[in-house]
Amino acid sequence: MASQSGHPGRTLIVLAVLIAGLATLMAVSKNWTPKLGLDLRGGTTITLTAKNTSGSGAVDPTSLDLAKRIIQSRVDSLGVGESEVTTAGDKQIVVSVPNVQQDELVRLVGQTAVLRFRAVYAAEQITAPTPEPTASASSAPTASASAQPTAGASQTAKAPSTTPSPSSQPSASRTGNNRPLPGLPTAPPQKPTPRPTVEGKGTPPDKAIDWQPSEVDQTDFANFTCADKEKFGDVSDQPLFACDDTKTVKYLLGPALIEGKQLSSAIAGVPQNDVRWVVNLEFNSDGATAFETATRAIAQRTDPQNRFAIVLDAVVISAPSVSAAIPGGRAEISGNFNQKSATQLANVLKYGALPLAFDVSEVANVSATLGGEQLRAGIIAGIIGLALVVGFCFVYYRGLGIVVVASLGIAAMITYACMVLLGGSVGFALNLAGIAGAIVAIGVTADSFVIYFERIRDEVREGRSLRTAIETGWRRARQTILIADTVSLLSALILFILAIGSVKGFAFTLGLTTMIDVLVVFTFTKPLMSLLARTKFYGGGHRLSGLDPAHLGVQWLPGARTRRTPAPATRTAGTGAAPIPGGTTPARGGEA
Amino acid sequence: MTRIGQIGHRLYTGEISYDFIGHRRRWYVLSGILIGISLLALLLRGLSWGIEFKGGADFKAPTKVTSTSVQRMRAAIEASGVPGMTEATVNTIGDNQIRIQTRTLDPAAEVPKVRAAIAKEVGINSDQVAYSLIGASWGGQITDRALIALGVFLALVGIVIWAYFRNPKMSAAALIALGHDLVLTVGIYALVGFTVTPATLIGVLTILGYSLYDTVVVFDKVRENVRDIKASTTRTYSEAANLAVNQVLVRSINTTVIGVLPVAALLFAGAVILGEGPLKDLALALFVGMISGAYSSIFIATPLLAQLKEREPDMRKLAARVANRRQREAQRDQPAAAPESPVPALIDGEPATSGAGVGSATARSAGPRSTPRPTADDSVRRPQPQRRPRSQRKR
Repeated sequence: MASQSGHPGRTLIVLAVLIAGLATLMAVSKNWTPKLGLDLRGGTTITLTAKNTSGSGAVDPTSLDLAKRIIQSRVDSLGVGESEVTTAGDKQIVVSVPNVQQDELVRLVGQTAVLRFRAVYAAEQITAPTPEPTASASSAPTASASAQPTAGASQTAKAPSTTPSPSSQPSASRTGNNRPLPGLPTAPPQKPTPRPTVEGKGTPPDKAIDWQPSEVDQTDFANFTCADKEKFGDVSDQPLFACDDTKTVKYLLGPALIEGKQLSSAIAGVPQNDVRWVVNLEFNSDGATAFETATRAIAQRTDPQNRFAIVLDAVVISAPSVSAAIPGGRAEISGNFNQKSATQLANVLKYGALPLAFDVSEVANVSATLGGEQLRAGIIAGIIGLALVVGFCFVYYRGLGIVVVASLGIAAMITYACMVLLGGSVGFALNLAGIAGAIVAIGVTADSFVIYFERIRDEVREGRSLRTAIETGWRRARQTILIADTVSLLSALILFILAIGSVKGFAFTLGLTTMIDVLVVFTFTKPLMSLLARTKFYGGGHRLSGLDPAHLGVQWLPGARTRRTPAPATRTAGTGAAPIPGGTTPARGGEA
Repeated sequence: MTRIGQIGHRLYTGEISYDFIGHRRRWYVLSGILIGISLLALLLRGLSWGIEFKGGADFKAPTKVTSTSVQRMRAAIEASGVPGMTEATVNTIGDNQIRIQTRTLDPAAEVPKVRAAIAKEVGINSDQVAYSLIGASWGGQITDRALIALGVFLALVGIVIWAYFRNPKMSAAALIALGHDLVLTVGIYALVGFTVTPATLIGVLTILGYSLYDTVVVFDKVRENVRDIKASTTRTYSEAANLAVNQVLVRSINTTVIGVLPVAALLFAGAVILGEGPLKDLALALFVGMISGAYSSIFIATPLLAQLKEREPDMRKLAARVANRRQREAQRDQPAAAPESPVPALIDGEPATSGAGVGSATARSAGPRSTPRPTADDSVRRPQPQRRPRSQRKR
């Protein structure tokens, strides 16, 4: 690159073409502003961490991808625009939805249910902790809208539901993510019989229909209260004790008959010649066969055993009864639905069958006002930082300050263009940490100039002419700049690879700006200095150029074309011994 | 500014010189005390980790802060029906924001309740209450990742520095200086009780880069100064290194000032405009770390490097040769003792100048020497030759 010294103009033209190219790209994509992160414009970001349903262990990437798509469709079902669901690392899914602050979103996304169909063996009305809603103990849950238990002691209280529960079989379809919070007290009064928590030892799905509860099961069921639901894992080939989502009915359920993934679609609709909403289910071929066999068997039984339960995350969301075998893989859940509740149930059924269980690891919810404020603060910080650096450079380096301003300006332009273009192409979103990275980078970039300028001084002090110093100083400064930027880039890279969340944004901008710094110093600052050295103002060491002798700390400039102060000249003459300073040949031989 | 330029110049030539390496004990002791305080603070007070690391929820709502705001908000969230709210921390940020930090909450069941209670208290819509929620296990993961990043970074940087300088001792000295900065920064956090957030961690990892950057600038010059050192007897490794530090002092100060200026702007925006948040946390860590980084590269890294190097047999021999020669010279110069020959015969070193005759920088010995030195001005007027013939220069 040292050879550039011969053609500084050419290099500058190449850079100009590059910038013009970036501008053209922005114009073509009609995109002039960078994509902003949600912390700058308001919105909700949810980070989910997957864990295998079978316990610990690695998370299968295809499952994660599938889960990502399911969550995406759940979010889309809310009808919010611009939502984004991405996987991060090997077990995270990040959901970001701009301009939405609703709690509904978090619940919908966090609903990490495992959907299963099980046969009902017993159903029992239990005493609700609140004034009893009108509910009949025998048949289906008929909890009314008021059946919202205030669940005084229960830590796993579900979200306040505004949906009235249908009065016939299907209960409200909305299920909160009812997993207990870590470290919170739950009070199990009796120790139930320990049960297997892994699959493989129980009843396989094809035998599940013939399963009969043992005496132990019966006793445990009698002792079971809805509060200790989680004491029994939802293991597919084991029986399950579960409650409906209002916690008013408890069920003894057989092993899973059909898994959620065997359900291919669930659509809410109003059948012809009817006014009531129903949910239509469709199974895949395996599911259809299993469903037909199961319903045939169940239909023979008496209530409550003529029902099957749709269990989502160990909560019975619906337990319709069956009067005849249902062939063809199609089923209809009817009940007292309205459009909203039917759609919700359909969504839960359709998207509920996630292949993985998720923990809500992080929710960041920024209001639009706060976001705007953060953006403003970031911009103000940037302007102040830039002004301080430029001011310092003008005071200290005087005329060279123009070089600093121009270089920083070019770097800023390229950085901005890159951010805009990356936002459009790879979805890079500028967040607050990213802005901070860019501001810190002002310092890194300006540092490169300092190193170069100081090197030029060193060279002049060692007796080189200004023009030579600009070239030899560059050769020395270059490697210092490169190693320093390498270290900077290295830290950015490591942060980017290993960090999670907003840290990535910081690392990305820091890395990007470091590379741009190298580009600008090599293709702009250096050629510009070479060109400026040819001018009288700079090359002659004008008092304000920052390259004047006094400023550089020497008596006068060796090899300067215009000797501004006559005194040194006469002195030189006076000594007689002085050779005319060979501006181009550094007297100190040896390496460069 | 011209004055600074001249100081820079005189530092460069060794005309004024602070013996950083000779006084290293002083700085080691100072750093030792600072590190001791840091470690003590870390042990006794510990770090105050943000909710991002231990899990929890953080709500922010705009409100006109009055003297009763905190109290009323506390009552409001306790009445929300969500358990554990008595342990929540409520504080105000500036005069128009209130912040509530609680244990980690269930995102679907508990957050809406608390949010609604807060919204009702300050009289806004529930959706306008900003919050962030971090699960307990998540915080542990973030911490793990940060530690891994730190370890990987240190290892890689050690390799890069080693590959660049081809010198494990430089690598070691740079890494020790890095550790020094790290401990000091963490110590200040423990001492003052600033909250450690992920933004702080970013800051700390970034200053590692910065601290190294400073060290690289100094070591680059050291390397240049010692390139042919073994072939000469002008100065010992320590002296060459000391000259290097003096030569880059102005540059180090400049790069640090320029690095710190934008960070100061960030700190201002983060602390004054936003009150709390990632900008402030990040800038604070950077601010502390960058200053410490500049200090350590000059006062710790270079003396350490010199010390390590002086242990090498080659360098010991060199030091002996230099001492030997100086002694001889002193004896020879004694009788002469003439002010006319102020320039000792050692125009071999780095700052040797081509333009001696034209009155620019005159060659000078490096390092701390008591020989009187001519200033640039009178050397110009002096009639006697200012440099020896080339034949005598090489030794």
